[in-house]
Amino acid sequence: MTDEKFLKIALVGNPNSGKSSLFNHLTGLNQKIGNFPGVTVDKKTGSSLLSATIKADIIDLPGTYSLYPKSLDEQVVLDFLNNTIDPSHPDLIIITIDASNLKRNLLLFTQVIDLGFPVILALNMLDVAVKSGIKVNVEQLTKELKVPVIPINARNGAGIVNLKTAILQHVSQNHQPFLKATDLAPQVVKELKEKLKLSNDYLALLLAHQYRKNIQSLSVAQKTAIADVNKKYDFQSVVLQIQETTARYEIIETIIKKSVTNLNATTKEKISYKIDRILTHPIWGYAIFFGILFIIFQSIFAWASIPMDWIDGGIAQLNATLKSTLPASKLTDLLTDGLIAGLGGVVLFIPQIAVLFVFISILEESGYMSRVMFIMDKFMRKFGMNGRSVVPLISGVACAVPAIMATRSIDNWKNRLITIFVTPLMSCSARIPVFTILIALVVPEEKVLGIFNLQGLTLMGLYFLGFAAAVITGAFMNLILKNKQKSYFIMELPSYKMPRWKNVGLTIIEKVKTFVFEAGKVIIAISIVLWVLASYGPSDSMQQAVHGANKYSQEHELSPKDANNLTASRKLEASYAGHFGKLIEPAIRPLGFDWKIGIALITSFAAREVFIGTMSTIYSVGSDEPNTIREKMKSEVNVSTGKPMYTKALAFSLLIFYVFAMQCMSTIAVVYRETKSWKWPLIQFIYMTLLAYAGSYFTYEFLK
Amino acid sequence: MFKISLNNNLSTIPSQRNLSQLSIGEKATICCLKDEEMSLKLIEMGCLPGSEVQVAYRAPWNGPICIEVCGYNLSLRMDEAATILLKN
Repeated sequence: MTDEKFLKIALVGNPNSGKSSLFNHLTGLNQKIGNFPGVTVDKKTGSSLLSATIKADIIDLPGTYSLYPKSLDEQVVLDFLNNTIDPSHPDLIIITIDASNLKRNLLLFTQVIDLGFPVILALNMLDVAVKSGIKVNVEQLTKELKVPVIPINARNGAGIVNLKTAILQHVSQNHQPFLKATDLAPQVVKELKEKLKLSNDYLALLLAHQYRKNIQSLSVAQKTAIADVNKKYDFQSVVLQIQETTARYEIIETIIKKSVTNLNATTKEKISYKIDRILTHPIWGYAIFFGILFIIFQSIFAWASIPMDWIDGGIAQLNATLKSTLPASKLTDLLTDGLIAGLGGVVLFIPQIAVLFVFISILEESGYMSRVMFIMDKFMRKFGMNGRSVVPLISGVACAVPAIMATRSIDNWKNRLITIFVTPLMSCSARIPVFTILIALVVPEEKVLGIFNLQGLTLMGLYFLGFAAAVITGAFMNLILKNKQKSYFIMELPSYKMPRWKNVGLTIIEKVKTFVFEAGKVIIAISIVLWVLASYGPSDSMQQAVHGANKYSQEHELSPKDANNLTASRKLEASYAGHFGKLIEPAIRPLGFDWKIGIALITSFAAREVFIGTMSTIYSVGSDEPNTIREKMKSEVNVSTGKPMYTKALAFSLLIFYVFAMQCMSTIAVVYRETKSWKWPLIQFIYMTLLAYAGSYFTYEFLK
Repeated sequence: MFKISLNNNLSTIPSQRNLSQLSIGEKATICCLKDEEMSLKLIEMGCLPGSEVQVAYRAPWNGPICIEVCGYNLSLRMDEAATILLKN
């Protein structure tokens, strides 16, 4: 039937209907992740070989229960189906249906049919249905629905071949709608069809309901036209939606009566409830959750640090090799100290992000994550968030960028905004290097009560402080922000499943890719800017610095290595970055910081761990071969007191600063994208800076 | 074929039970939905008048409840469950 070489197919279905598994089966590793136009919802596309000659472009739309979207993710579906100008507008739609829950799944199906798309129904989870005593007569269902119904098993890939054959044989269908839109709102549908030149009745009705939402394909003039028509005929959106959904369920009910038999309507309680009652138990539920969190954190810090050391060493090695082989020039410096160092800052975090998402995707795949949301909802609501905020907050421990992107599933705007706002207060992995080096500097390696490591306890305390700041801030915002919409927790609790390792693997690849490309762009750009600021300065002061360093080296007969280090540090002081550091010194002196730390605070904006690199450059002053950064910092002397610079007061002041401060360009960029304005990233930046400053100030005053 | 399933003047029938009052394992039939806006989402998720519901388990400290409806499990907050009225 199809003679075109490329078919465009969209996958549509309820959440948990096996849609993503089917997508993974059809496309394998040929997946690409982009964005839907205008919104930041991930758009997953891939290609699939249907036969030797025919390929299909497949797009995986976010899971939704109906074409009346409740969250940002879901809104994309209608927008996409409605947009006929989009080059990826589908020729065919595959709807995945969970056979064990046919009734609710068919609601979306009837809506998509009524929009006039050719549809193939992929009937998934028949095995689960059989186990719960539901027998689906596929032949009868095909007859009732008048579309090809293909039984598949998205877990093991059974039936995929049949599905491909059905796609190849698909014919343009001319369906009678299940429900006539003109029965619901005759005048509005008729007039909108004329005014907007639509060919489909149901589309006219959907637009009448949803034109106020961010629908890309509608112009402002068209939106005004819809508003006028609605007003003219007194269009009762809520009542009509209820009528429509109820009517659709009545139609579905008659279809199901004919094609489904309930074998054992016995009231045997599900075994999974026994598991659920333990996992949501007032004591065991939380104990298990915190136990799992503990394992996750252990793994992030313990296991991920091994590959991180390799990457760190590898980058240093690469830089050293390049420096020794390439001719010494500014260009080489830009490549090594600017570009590759910046790139290293991105790549370094891949292991932690990968480890974190191994756990998160296993927890999500298995169905456990929704139980965590279930038991945490009550608690999170006190702090202006809801159960769904748990995933972003946990992800924030690795990196705020993917964490903030994960807030899209929160349907309530206020809850989502608060979650976005407080997530950067969760201590991300970029703070770890700063934390560990400062703790190692001033906290003795002792045991407390014989078992607990004092340094470890301090680290835990800092994490707790970040978490406490996050929830207190949430509670505070909950009081001042007005709630524009109702917050719901009407959420499906999916049945427990063994995680599919293929899905876990693909999720990790996807998350890492997003991180590298989203955060990576910013980090590399900032690294280059910082490199320029740290390498160049007003020319006379740069010359003086080099000159002065040379003179000092000759007078004190320094070794060539020490002389080089001295020149480097003097040049840094004379550079634009050094000038900036001195410029902000009066502001940070109450916190115990000098201009050198000032430079580190500025450079930390690229990524917090840049602090270490900056420190190592600044404190390169040659004395008795201090090799590690820690030794360099330890031997630094406070000019005014003559005592060691890094006292307990200074180190803790700095630690507190890093716990609270928003020193991350990528986070600011992602908050801007997700909130679509500069207002929130700006408020967030100011708030966190003030918090950091005040916390730091009091810490320093108290410990001084 | 369209029936408005909402009942807006329920204050007159104080004795009517709602879903938040069921204990674990107890079964009942949905009579109607009290909150118009919330009913959109509830109906979509299969909480239709006439459907049978059962409370499967509860979150601690008066948190959400898990119900079995339409052949699957759905979580609801207590105030959301309270908008679902039951047949006596």
